[in-house]
Amino acid sequence: MRDVAVVAFAQSASAQEGDRNEVEVLMPVVTEVRDQVGVTTADLDFVCSGSTDYQAGVPFSFVMTLDAIGPWPPIRESHVDMDGAWALYEAWVKIQMGAADTALVYAYGKSSPGDIRRVLSRQLDPYVTAPLWPDPDALAALQARCLLDADMATEADFASVAARSLAAAEANPHAVVAGARSVEDLLDEAYLASPLRRHDCPPVTDGAAAVILAAGDRARDLCERPAWITGIDHRIDPHQLGMRDLTAAPSVRVAAERAGVADGPVDVAELHTPYSHQELIVRRELGLADGTEVNPSGGALVANAVMAAGLVRIGEVAERISSGRAGRGVAHATSGPCLQQNLVCVLEGDRGR
Amino acid sequence: MGAERVAVVGVGQTKHDAVRGDVSIAGLVHEAAQRALDDAELDWADIDAVVIGKAPDFFEGVMMPELYLADALGAVGKPMFRVHTAGSVGGSTAIVASDLVAAGIHRRVLTVAFEVQSVSEAMWALSFPYPFQPPMHAGAGGYFAPHIRSYIRRSGAPDHIGILVALKDRRHALGNPYAHLHEPDITFESVRDSIMLWEPIRYSETCPSSDGACAMVLTDEAGGDAAAASGRAPAWVRGTAVRSEPTLAAGRDQVSPLAGRECAAAVYREAGITDPAAEIDAAEIYVPFSWFEPMWLENLGLCDVGDGWRLVDEGVTQLGGDLPVNCSGGVLSTNPIGASGMLRFAEAALQVRGAAGDHQVDGAQLALGHAYGGGSQFFAMWVVGAAKP
Repeated sequence: MRDVAVVAFAQSASAQEGDRNEVEVLMPVVTEVRDQVGVTTADLDFVCSGSTDYQAGVPFSFVMTLDAIGPWPPIRESHVDMDGAWALYEAWVKIQMGAADTALVYAYGKSSPGDIRRVLSRQLDPYVTAPLWPDPDALAALQARCLLDADMATEADFASVAARSLAAAEANPHAVVAGARSVEDLLDEAYLASPLRRHDCPPVTDGAAAVILAAGDRARDLCERPAWITGIDHRIDPHQLGMRDLTAAPSVRVAAERAGVADGPVDVAELHTPYSHQELIVRRELGLADGTEVNPSGGALVANAVMAAGLVRIGEVAERISSGRAGRGVAHATSGPCLQQNLVCVLEGDRGR
Repeated sequence: MGAERVAVVGVGQTKHDAVRGDVSIAGLVHEAAQRALDDAELDWADIDAVVIGKAPDFFEGVMMPELYLADALGAVGKPMFRVHTAGSVGGSTAIVASDLVAAGIHRRVLTVAFEVQSVSEAMWALSFPYPFQPPMHAGAGGYFAPHIRSYIRRSGAPDHIGILVALKDRRHALGNPYAHLHEPDITFESVRDSIMLWEPIRYSETCPSSDGACAMVLTDEAGGDAAAASGRAPAWVRGTAVRSEPTLAAGRDQVSPLAGRECAAAVYREAGITDPAAEIDAAEIYVPFSWFEPMWLENLGLCDVGDGWRLVDEGVTQLGGDLPVNCSGGVLSTNPIGASGMLRFAEAALQVRGAAGDHQVDGAQLALGHAYGGGSQFFAMWVVGAAKP
């Protein structure tokens, strides 16, 4: 396998980008990531993006942002109707097969103009489940209830995850909610979808993320400390909730094994867990040790730009490696109801290579 | 191309129709996938990963339907990947699947593309308002008709060329049991006399709106060799290419887009083709409106600029001609939009495998699959061959 690294990362997030459309949200992020390593789109061998028409509210919504990227003269480009983490995966494959040495990956989504909970209910089986319009908070609450019923967690455990995330968010300029709260204080709040409270659920977020990937010496030319992708894999679980044990996420476990999470110590993990109880499940499936710092950014509980939030996790880990704050880390992205689909990416600095 | 050779060892498609009311969306994709697996003599458990593509989710009203389709496509516990690159998506999806094998990441990949257009109205789905842009067209035909008029003006092509293409492709479809339209009574006069929709595009020169799915099984070199050893000829992937350009750009030529020319040049280069018109035995080209056949022949470098319509007029692109185009009946006879590009890629594979039945080009060794999308701005192509690269 070729050595491929994240050499640049940029992001934006806000609770409501009322004045800026998707292009205006994305372009400063793409400009920033290109400027970090001093390249233009023409210098890059491949471009891949992730977004979804259902969030933008128009078909072919990716065309407007691609037009802004400026694919002229023509470029080699692709788009996935998936979180940007999977766009990164497609770009990584292009580099692995030797068809590219560098790639721009970007993702974006504005959840504020519509009702993201009703929109996400359109992801469900169109014949059996979607006609009932169950929203993701309600489905996540079912999952959380399963954990409680199985004595695998308590509501205080959920609140602990939220409290730690909200405290961490104070140091994250991209967090849309932040502020240290005690577990007791959080448990006093009313339920949003029992047993989940407001702070156990993700905030509505508008945002974008961009990453530049590069292979081998090109990565070293562009970046002093590239964050090497030493393993990346993604898997999917059944869609029908009745077919799954909701207290588990076997697709996380398989992806973690394939990506080699256990092959070394994990200094930091950024988990795309939009609901507090999901962090407990993913952490367990990844087999993370107690010493691993989880979601130092605050994670998806403090900023969750749908379609970009998974790519943000990879960028957050890469940034910590490139800045020397971590040696080896794990990033996770999810999609679908109750952690149905999952991607795991292991990143490492040059230490030990 | 990556280090690993890629072979198409299984092809499957549904019977395409205006309304496939007998199956759910899951049932439709499963039907195509099962046929591809049967063709490959493989089972669901043999597949390492699934790559699925389709056009906008609004067509069926299901957001990111790959999540719901994971169960029906045997993807549970495996990687499931979803591509969306507009009308070219069926081709782009096959290329993503091919890349996974070429890069040595997976050995056997199932790739699927579909569209169920009967549950929505595609013409109005393609007439969406964009902020700050004037609503200039009704449906894809309204968008592309000016490009066709420009082609006719530039090339001096006579009026009947579009009719000839439509007649040819609808007759080709009679040899393809899966084609949506089977019109045995079609004549030059019936096409000519059909209602004018978007000057110069008549009703019978327009693609239908179809429900359908297409699937392929791609394997590594060992899988291709095993298929060949058991008497089931594989199609070897000789080259793949994608190119994109903006919707609007100063100097952009929508009649013969630069992205299409560069994509064709790239795929020929990778396949080692120096004289495409002479070397390619069969071409499956994305022709949703009749006049796009001569336009794409020129854009693809399969003839000189201005000569595309002459090839049509002389019958060169008929089954039995020197450069048979769309022997399956093409998009003009079957158009489940998200699957239409993959159908082109799959039909090209069937030709070089000698498995195209009544629409087989005798002795086809090298075939081109072509897909385009958006406002003629997204291109995906592959060249497949009977011989290993």
